[in-house]
Amino acid sequence: MSPRSQEQQMVPDAGFRSYYGRPVLKEPAWKSPDVPAYLFFGGLAGASSALAVGAHRSGYSELARVARITAGGAISVSAAALINDLGRPARFLNMLRVFKVTSPMSMGSWLLAAYGPLAGASAVSAVTGKLPRAGRAAAAAAGAMGPAVATYTAALVCSTAVPAWHDAHREMPYKFAGSAAAAAAGIGLLALPPDRAVPAARLAIAGAVAEQTAERLLERRLGAVAEPYRSGKPGELMLAARVLSLTGVAATAAARGRNRVLSAVAGATLVAGSAVSRAGIYEAGRASARDPKYTIAPQHTRAAARAWPPRAGDTPADDDGW
Amino acid sequence: MTDRMGFFTDTSLCIGCKACEVACKTWNEVPEDGIELSGMSYDNTVGLGASTWRHVAFIEQPAPSARVQIPAVTPARAAAPAQAPAQAAAPAQAAADSMRWLMSSDVCKHCTEAACLDVCPTGALMRTEFGTVVVQDDICNGCGYCVAACPFGVIERRETDGGAYKCTLCYDRLGDGLTPACAKACPTESIQFGPLDELRERARGRVTELQQAGETKARLYLDDPEDGIGGGGAFFLLLDEPEVYGLPPDPVVTTRDLPRMWKHVALAAIGLAGAVLAATRRSRP
Repeated sequence: MSPRSQEQQMVPDAGFRSYYGRPVLKEPAWKSPDVPAYLFFGGLAGASSALAVGAHRSGYSELARVARITAGGAISVSAAALINDLGRPARFLNMLRVFKVTSPMSMGSWLLAAYGPLAGASAVSAVTGKLPRAGRAAAAAAGAMGPAVATYTAALVCSTAVPAWHDAHREMPYKFAGSAAAAAAGIGLLALPPDRAVPAARLAIAGAVAEQTAERLLERRLGAVAEPYRSGKPGELMLAARVLSLTGVAATAAARGRNRVLSAVAGATLVAGSAVSRAGIYEAGRASARDPKYTIAPQHTRAAARAWPPRAGDTPADDDGW
Repeated sequence: MTDRMGFFTDTSLCIGCKACEVACKTWNEVPEDGIELSGMSYDNTVGLGASTWRHVAFIEQPAPSARVQIPAVTPARAAAPAQAPAQAAAPAQAAADSMRWLMSSDVCKHCTEAACLDVCPTGALMRTEFGTVVVQDDICNGCGYCVAACPFGVIERRETDGGAYKCTLCYDRLGDGLTPACAKACPTESIQFGPLDELRERARGRVTELQQAGETKARLYLDDPEDGIGGGGAFFLLLDEPEVYGLPPDPVVTTRDLPRMWKHVALAAIGLAGAVLAATRRSRP
């Protein structure tokens, strides 16, 4: 131990000072699996709607149909998970009392209010074959909103005081976009023979690679604050997600658009990888709020660097064990 | 709009009596939330939360080498409150020459740039005519966004009814021209209530006084309108670094980064749309 002020005795074996090791922040009240499910199914829905439009344009009508049905189903589950997570679910509609750009949840609620019914109508039309033109119009409108539906949740989790979420705000939208694309493509690969889901195979690889790249950049830039993404329960989830995701990429490539079994395995692992990574991000955020060091140490370093020379007796910036 | 009202909590005057905690609970009818012993000195309240809107922290630490007598508040005030800390310390002086007690009554900061208010999707959190931040319980749907957004861990969802709760700075009392319950009950004027401008001026004088008396680590916390939350409507005079009291050393409202977040969200959405279009390019003859 370096010679520090005697006050260090209060928090033994910690490289920073705190109040009895208590967290500074409240752990998010958001529950699991509600919130990971809200993120995963929202991403799946948004990317599926976009995929449906693209697939329809290029003549992959079965893939378009699968994507439309997926989007309608997934957004229903996502909305249900969100409502179930509220402390007072009966007041869900209070979300539409105000329109606030400072609140990603407000913006998201308005987006879902517009997108949800369109994605639902598009799915119902795809399943029943009724009102095909109206269904296609709804699918096109939902497809235009899909990318925003898949990515706004990144701003939602990052616009918090939770260190592992907030500090990741630069990379998280790209990670969410990639994760959503991989999941939507994965459903296509699961549902259809590979020769009828060629665009899904391409999107699967692009999405998974984008997600993993964003994750690497995030971990490198955040340094010590990224620790929760690598250790403990969230670390295990993130590792599992990475293995699933990369297995999906490998299987997609190996299937070469011909092997039905390999292609389906690829689809399943990609979907699972996306879902598990949402759980990992959720748990990493909670862990970073629970441990005061992720709140105190970076802030202390920042404050001490600003207040140079340090006040007599203060812990210097380079002595906070960071 | 009336003057912006706030709290100045001068922790150098706190004697740890917890009258503020009791007065707050009583006036606001805040429910009981646990009576366990924490093992954290005299602090069994542990922290702010849905049902704890004032919390007195107790820190036992080695005393600075030269023992400092905390000076009286202001010449204008009677000596009585100022005597209190000195008297409290006196009997134990011989035995505990090498240790000191820091006590501090924590509360919602009523930030100028309040993250809870910014992220609230229902408009349940609002800014009052006194510049304070309150939750309108009949609107809150318990989404919990404010809980994750608060950089101080103040606001919390109450599990019994699912709503978010925190200090109201006694909005009901302010409307009637009364002092908030905690400040009213404080016997040493450690908790001072008034127009924020006046409090800030008084606090600057007080911290200079303490530093001149040898309390070199005395500092104001959240008094600066240029800080990461635009200054607190409730601010503090501390005798050590903020983290020692369980306070974040350099809190920044998350909303400051939101424009950048929206920019990245937009770019990611465009990227996703582009990737889908590229992937679905017709490849069959």
